[in-house]
Amino acid sequence: MDNELTALGILFTEYYYWSTVVFMFLIHVGFCMYEVGASRHKNHMHTLMKNTMLIPLVTVTFFLFGWWIYFAFPNGPWIIGDLVEAPHAVATSEAMGMHMGAGAFNGWERINGVFWAAFLLFSWTAASIVSGSVIERIKSSGFWILAVLIGSVFWVIDASWGWHADGWMVQVLGYHDAYASGVIHAIAGGFALGVLIPLGARIGKFSADGTPRNINPRNPWLVTIGLFMIYTGFWGFYVACNIPMWDIQAGDGVFFSATNIYLAPTTLSGITFNFLMSLSGGLMAGYIVSRGDPFWTYSSGLAGIIAASAGNDLYHPIQAMFIAAITVPIIYKMHYWVERKFKIDDAVGAVAVHGYAGFIGVVVAGFMLWGYPSSPNPDYATINPLGNFIGALIMFGLLGFLPGFIFASLLKKFDMLRVAPEVEIMGLDMSLHAADIRDEQAIIDAEREYLNSNYRS
Amino acid sequence: MSTGNFEDWTGNISEIGAVYPFVGSETFLVIAGVVFWLWWHFKQSKMEEEQLKEELEKWGNKEAMLKIIDKEDPEFP
Repeated sequence: MDNELTALGILFTEYYYWSTVVFMFLIHVGFCMYEVGASRHKNHMHTLMKNTMLIPLVTVTFFLFGWWIYFAFPNGPWIIGDLVEAPHAVATSEAMGMHMGAGAFNGWERINGVFWAAFLLFSWTAASIVSGSVIERIKSSGFWILAVLIGSVFWVIDASWGWHADGWMVQVLGYHDAYASGVIHAIAGGFALGVLIPLGARIGKFSADGTPRNINPRNPWLVTIGLFMIYTGFWGFYVACNIPMWDIQAGDGVFFSATNIYLAPTTLSGITFNFLMSLSGGLMAGYIVSRGDPFWTYSSGLAGIIAASAGNDLYHPIQAMFIAAITVPIIYKMHYWVERKFKIDDAVGAVAVHGYAGFIGVVVAGFMLWGYPSSPNPDYATINPLGNFIGALIMFGLLGFLPGFIFASLLKKFDMLRVAPEVEIMGLDMSLHAADIRDEQAIIDAEREYLNSNYRS
Repeated sequence: MSTGNFEDWTGNISEIGAVYPFVGSETFLVIAGVVFWLWWHFKQSKMEEEQLKEELEKWGNKEAMLKIIDKEDPEFP
């Protein structure tokens, strides 16, 4: 920071990530609106608080150990090497607070907090994706433990493995997932599916012969505006996946560019094309396949972006559009097939929109970008279909579905997963509603008493 | 006297390092943070179980629940 140009680079980077955090906050606003809109009136407040309180819990735990996991686990550990030293990311580090040093932590002291927050907002998103699918019957205590596990442990492990410039999946498999189709969406969708199995369906969701019934959104407006908010926040998500300024020139010379998370060149301009074209492809396909159903059309826009995200640093915009448009009917059909076949009650379609679309997105990127370098490091494997397919299985299955199923089953064993059927029937806000009615009645009585004592009939 | 490790902004700023008070207490702070986080889970879980139990005792009978269903939400029988 001893000359203006260096200072400009550092301060711009600091501001860059800070602004992504502000945008990404809107994702959470959107998820809250969306979930409350999708829930029935008797569960609104419970649904809202369930999603709201994951914010502090994931934040605190991501500070205490999540951030360290990302930097310490790129080798597995013990898959291709040991734990990696990460002095700036340990919770006890001086760099995990306001710091004026220049160089003591290799430059991290200036951007640690904003980079941490950008990743943290991904953590909230991962937990929030799970939150929507389990509404109206899960216990808050159980859900918040699951939120910490997906938000501060499992997604961070997958990021360290497949979304880190030196992650073992990048090195060995050539795994490529620039905007987190698998790293955030497939894992969160897989985790949600793992939780939904032991959690079970809401009362009345399936008829006696197993036919599913629609429990439609109580407030379609709130749902759709919530999804618009998520689109808006997704801009911040995309930008936060980049490094804004990096010397990408190998060998002699200097060439500064934005890079993806693997430090490979990309441009904000290019990803803007692809973001909007994949959104468009998803919306157009979703409208047709759902016959204009607003809930599915909006969700399909999101699924379209997610499907193209793994390769949106490199795709042509029309490729991105078609990947989105082809993926959406598949995930739409899969949602209803899984629902019918396995009696899975995913209240908001999160497993399909995030899990299946993310999985497909990673697999497609393996074919579309076959032979591209996965990293600026020429010793790392190139992108290939098998590497990305194995990567998609790791994200959705190994780090998503499996922990979700195991931990939700454990919580069920200790009666910490699901409320009693009677509570589900009366609604999870019953105490609040009863108190409201008692207060309302008391106020009416007081008003009546005032009229009786101050006015003659 | 200062709770921080500097008393003015003169000199080489980059040598100040961490600027929060009580530099050196990070391990204690992290332990306290872990305890607070875990305590919150236990406390919340206990509160929730108590509330659910109370609701079941008050309204968990067939008659009350039928009224709730009939009136849709949010009426209390």
